[in-house]
Amino acid sequence: MKQIPPEYYQIMEQLQAVDFVLVELTLYLDTHPDDLEAIKQFNHYVKERKTVKKAFESQFGPLMQYGHSYSGHPWNWNEPPWPWQV
Amino acid sequence: MFTLYKTWHPIASPFDPCKPILEKTFSTPPNLYIGFQPPNLPQFSPQEALRAGTLWKAFYDPYFNPFELAKGGNPR
Amino acid sequence: MWIYEKKLQYPVRVSTCNPTLAKYLVEQYGGADGELSAALRYLNQRYSIPDKVIGLLTDIGTEEFAHLEMIATMIYKLTKDATPEMMKAAGLGDHYAIHDNALYYENSSGVPWTATYIQAKGDPIADLYEDIAAEEKARATYQWIINLSDDPDLNDGLRFLREREIIHSQRFMEAVEILKEEQGKKKFF
Repeated sequence: MKQIPPEYYQIMEQLQAVDFVLVELTLYLDTHPDDLEAIKQFNHYVKERKTVKKAFESQFGPLMQYGHSYSGHPWNWNEPPWPWQV
Repeated sequence: MFTLYKTWHPIASPFDPCKPILEKTFSTPPNLYIGFQPPNLPQFSPQEALRAGTLWKAFYDPYFNPFELAKGGNPR
Repeated sequence: MWIYEKKLQYPVRVSTCNPTLAKYLVEQYGGADGELSAALRYLNQRYSIPDKVIGLLTDIGTEEFAHLEMIATMIYKLTKDATPEMMKAAGLGDHYAIHDNALYYENSSGVPWTATYIQAKGDPIADLYEDIAAEEKARATYQWIINLSDDPDLNDGLRFLREREIIHSQRFMEAVEILKEEQGKKKFF
């Protein structure tokens, strides 16, 4: 039986948390386009997500494809686990 | 006192066969009161926000069923 | 275009193998006020709504697909490896006869998803009011499913989804305010 290491869940939840802030700020800014403080906060978390995404992908492979992530060799995008399997 | 749940008291007829529920409750979530969201509302940390389902404390309104409420209804 | 990310919006867990809860949950998968209806409703309304609110419809519509994937994950986990006997005992015998344990876009009574669940009136206020109502109806559905469920992990995920309905409703109400505003008048807080 294939096992998923505990770090997978830990880094994944870090990414989920940062991305959730970005979702919330996106919807907020859609109706508050002039809020400079919120835009600064948004850009701050854009940078932070890049760090977390990199940490996740270096251990567990690409999160996105169509060229939005680098590929390993062999092509590792279609390797499990898929999100509903974990 | 301000609450996010309101109650009402339906008529209980002696001819209603089910045991009457004397008080009914319904949800009136924060979005009904806040209007156009003002800037700089207090926020949760990213980790807390994910668990709460919102970044802003003013919108947080968790729903628990009666069994969860009996156990304190605490979010984890 | 849309790009998939190999990640759920929220870490979904369920405590037990429980096809009965899956049967209730499928309402939010392929039901009238479910996540599929929501996603398709908002993304479709974008083509006939003022530019000021297209971004919001795009982003909420996209988030609804993330919620659809969360619901799918819950149903998948609640029914994974469930035997035909367990499916039958949960009232899913007829589902099993047609689909095995596959997911299907239907409501909890087994009625297939239909486009009649969603509207596009072409009138921005009518459409946004439908969207607000849809969010409140979905919020209520989550409450009723939480009431039916004794699975603490499932309820944790359902509470997250219910809270998202509150935020979406809030943003749609703000969109109405933006469209109501006198043109040329500067907004201030």
